[in-house]
Amino acid sequence: MSVNGSTATATAVNLTRKDYETGQEVRWCPGCGDYGILGAVQFALAEMGADPANTVFVSGIGCAARLPYYMNTYGMHGIHGRAPALATGVAMANPSLDVWVIGGDGDMLSIGGNHLIHALRRNVNIKILMFNNEIYGLTKGQYSPTSEIGKVTKSTPFGSVDHPFNQLSVAIGAEASFVARTHDMDRKHMMETFRLAHEHRGAAFVEVFQNCNVFNNGAYEDILKKDARPDMIIPLVHGQPIRFRSERRARCGGERIRRAVRARPPMWACATCSCTTRRVPIRRWRSRSAAWPTRRIRPRRSACSAPWNARSTRSKCRRRSTMRSSRKALATSASCCTPAPCGRSTDLAGAPATCSYRELGGPHGVRRARETQQSRRATQPSTARAAS
Amino acid sequence: MTSMTTLDRVVIRFAGDSGDGMQLVGDRFTELSAAFGNDLATLPNYPAEIRAPAGTLNGVSSFQVHISDHDITTPGDAPNVLVAMNPAALMANLGDMARGSTLIVNADNFTERDLEKAECTSNPLTDGTLENYTVYEVPMTSITVEATKPLGVKPRDAERSKNFFALGLVCWMYTRPAAPLQEWINAKYESKPMVRDANLAAFKAGRNFGETAELFSPYEIKPASLKQGTYRNIVGNTAVALGLVTAAHQANLPLVYASYPITPASDILHELSKLKNFNCKTMQAEDEIAAAAIAIGAAFAGSLAVTGTSGPGLDLKSEALGLAVSLELPMVIVDVQRGGPSTGLPTKTEQADLLLAMYGRHGECPIPIVAARSSSQCFDAAFEACRIALKYRTPVLLLTDGYLANGAEPWLVPEIDDLPDISVEFATEHNHTNVDGSTDYWPYVRDPETLARPWATPGTPGMEHRVGGIEKQDGAGNISYSPQNHETMVRLRAAKVAGIANDIPDVAVDSVGGADVLVIGWGSTWASINAGVNRCREAGHAVDFAHLTHLQPFPKNLGDVLKGYRKVLVPEMNLGQLSRLLRAEYLVDAQSYTQVNGLPFRAADMEARIMEELAR
Ligand SMILES: Cc1ncc(C[n+]2csc(CCOP(=O)(O)OP(=O)(O)O)c2C)c(N)n1
Ligand code: SF4
Ligand SMILES: [Mg+2]
Repeated sequence: MSVNGSTATATAVNLTRKDYETGQEVRWCPGCGDYGILGAVQFALAEMGADPANTVFVSGIGCAARLPYYMNTYGMHGIHGRAPALATGVAMANPSLDVWVIGGDGDMLSIGGNHLIHALRRNVNIKILMFNNEIYGLTKGQYSPTSEIGKVTKSTPFGSVDHPFNQLSVAIGAEASFVARTHDMDRKHMMETFRLAHEHRGAAFVEVFQNCNVFNNGAYEDILKKDARPDMIIPLVHGQPIRFRSERRARCGGERIRRAVRARPPMWACATCSCTTRRVPIRRWRSRSAAWPTRRIRPRRSACSAPWNARSTRSKCRRRSTMRSSRKALATSASCCTPAPCGRSTDLAGAPATCSYRELGGPHGVRRARETQQSRRATQPSTARAAS
Repeated sequence: MTSMTTLDRVVIRFAGDSGDGMQLVGDRFTELSAAFGNDLATLPNYPAEIRAPAGTLNGVSSFQVHISDHDITTPGDAPNVLVAMNPAALMANLGDMARGSTLIVNADNFTERDLEKAECTSNPLTDGTLENYTVYEVPMTSITVEATKPLGVKPRDAERSKNFFALGLVCWMYTRPAAPLQEWINAKYESKPMVRDANLAAFKAGRNFGETAELFSPYEIKPASLKQGTYRNIVGNTAVALGLVTAAHQANLPLVYASYPITPASDILHELSKLKNFNCKTMQAEDEIAAAAIAIGAAFAGSLAVTGTSGPGLDLKSEALGLAVSLELPMVIVDVQRGGPSTGLPTKTEQADLLLAMYGRHGECPIPIVAARSSSQCFDAAFEACRIALKYRTPVLLLTDGYLANGAEPWLVPEIDDLPDISVEFATEHNHTNVDGSTDYWPYVRDPETLARPWATPGTPGMEHRVGGIEKQDGAGNISYSPQNHETMVRLRAAKVAGIANDIPDVAVDSVGGADVLVIGWGSTWASINAGVNRCREAGHAVDFAHLTHLQPFPKNLGDVLKGYRKVLVPEMNLGQLSRLLRAEYLVDAQSYTQVNGLPFRAADMEARIMEELAR
């Protein structure tokens, strides 16, 4: 909080992580993934040479939302869920500022879901980092809008029956102009992702998988443990072809492994009777492009008598096959990028992926995004529009 | 020409179906009278539905205008003239008409079907209902159709111009000049020549009818002798918008206005969105919470930030207002009150948000409150709210209401040089020296006089700091959960708001000397109380009158003023909110006089209640 800022104004000055640290004691639980993210943010800003005096961190409420207190920049710790709106006000009043928004999954997708989608839709020039630990950390362990069906938490002792969001679909659905995902175990990837978000003029949405080692420890174990990563993470790079592990390693064995990965359906314990069946998301796609299924398909009932939203369907569900083929269609039409091939919240891709891709136009299709990309670049960022 | 009678004032009410264009006609008549130089006050009254079924009692829309040659404050109790376009409009308004007053009805609209829709069992024109009134049955629709026929207008379209016929007739009756209205029609309907010509023809036909039918004699109402200066006609919402823009100008700051549409506050957003040229940015947010949050963000970034709404929206904003109190940032929240609870009466007026404004947040969360008393005074009230917000770095609530928002009156346009400079200085220098001699910026170091904290905006080198809703350490502003510190901060925030009492004018008493009774009010009841008190005085009674613009904190002398009277009467359009505050604060036996019918008090009712108090 002291004189650092004044010395750091000139971009020529070499900035280090220290320039972004405050005297405040960092008070997350020992071992919390938030430490790693804070470090990555500070390193990334130093690397970018971001002027602390021109940087504002705005947050809502939650463990994640404490981050602004630890940044030696301008900061505002607001109210639960409203950070995107607070940040919109900052960016609108002074479009030359670098405005970052920090929040948890509850903050951004539950109480603040409305503000999130509208900030993305308006394409305000703010960078939104959502720390997703699939739990409410600060209030000590209730399920969140990204917790999976069946999740046992303090408020769901018999397992949650709510269907989780696919958060990247939410962002893409709101036609966010930048969507990316990274995780708290990979500082390099986080820094790179934050840098790309920073360079983007408009609203950027970055999801960070974050481990809450107290209330939801190991939520991402199956993806992030060392030996699983090569299979479970598909790095998506803007402008680059999607490459599965097999392809990255050798062309020959690739097909088999790829099929194996694709074919692996995620298994979900039925919340009520514990039968292990496949879950099919009951989501209604408004389909305006060929890339998404045009029919609304209800899951077929299985023998299980659990309530509908805890119930599963057998794998031959028509919806499932439609979804799979349509995904393929979308993947091919987007040679450089693909929407959220995330296995955690849809059951379609066997492998959750880490992806950072840009300028994707949401379910209206990649082509549309490409078309608008040009015009978006050409026009002023939407802070100017908001200001009218 | 028939002989001309001079009147000192007249109250006219135009009533018709909500599709008949009565608000437009009322507006035009008001503009003509304002340009002519009369003092005036208006009361628009329309249904909440955009279009209730045509011809029914629910669909009646009316516009009352009071014009005079002297200073007036209310739109008048009972109209002298009612223009009724159909039976529903006649029946819905007849109750307000005094015996002997004039009714001008559109005789073409009294068919069996029209009567049925208006729930009339017999025709009021013939069954004796109207025998105590002077009734003029004018076939407005057919004359309008006739008059526009040469233009080639289809009869169905021609009918739509009948409101201009009515306007023409009334303009002739009250000797309003025709030219300004004809110019207005020409400009307004420039792109639709057919409609323009039909309206012009209908207006002319109305005037000609007045002149040739020899039913009426024209009246004259001389211009009022108002203070010299440039006047314009203004409604409260426009006055608020102009007050905010002017305050931003005098503060040398950009204005940011964020709002979510809601009746009757939306017009402030509409007005401000036209004023981009005054460095005013507006944002239609996704909801009221977002609007408040956007304003807070903009305040943090160094703008004069304002959010506006009505009751339901104020409910939603309360959490954000708590944040603004905690952040100690300047901000103005406009609440255009309407009838509640819940959706209540969206288009009707009420003053029932006072206690919400005062106490409607968790924790000790004091917010200064300023209330406007008339449509034109909304300008000064908005300016004052901004002044307090900027000087004391606090959110300020500005209360107006549906009646002020839509009611019109002449407004003496102020000279910009006569308005005070309310500019603020942003903090750019460190204000704290550490033990090791290094310096820091502490965001919660206070001005010893105002207790306001410094305002350093993002983008200022060396002044990086964090603010937040968690309790912060006095001075340094870091998170602090210390019990002692919390006690200090709660008391400091309260003392800051209480201290504003030193910076606002004493409450002025309009005193006749030796009075026993003080009538005290706040907000838009000013007009009715004023009129009621004057009537009592004219009847030879001594009554004093005071009106509050500042409700939090109260003016410093208020306690002494109240204690100087044996009886205190508090008229309010709620169930007694100010009276409760006065009783609690000053231990006086304030009597409450309340009305919650969605309309302002009538001067006659006010007079009667004051007389009762005098006799008690
Ligand atoms: C209006 C309001 N409701 C509820 C709360 C309590 N609350 C604080 S944080 C939180 C959830 C936090 O979860 P998340 O956003 O996922 O953040 P995390 O702590 O997991 O980082 C809740 C419910 C609050 N502060 N304000
Ligand atoms: S509760 Fe969880 S998210 Fe919150 S600080 Fe502790 S470990 Fe981190
Ligand atoms: Mg969380």
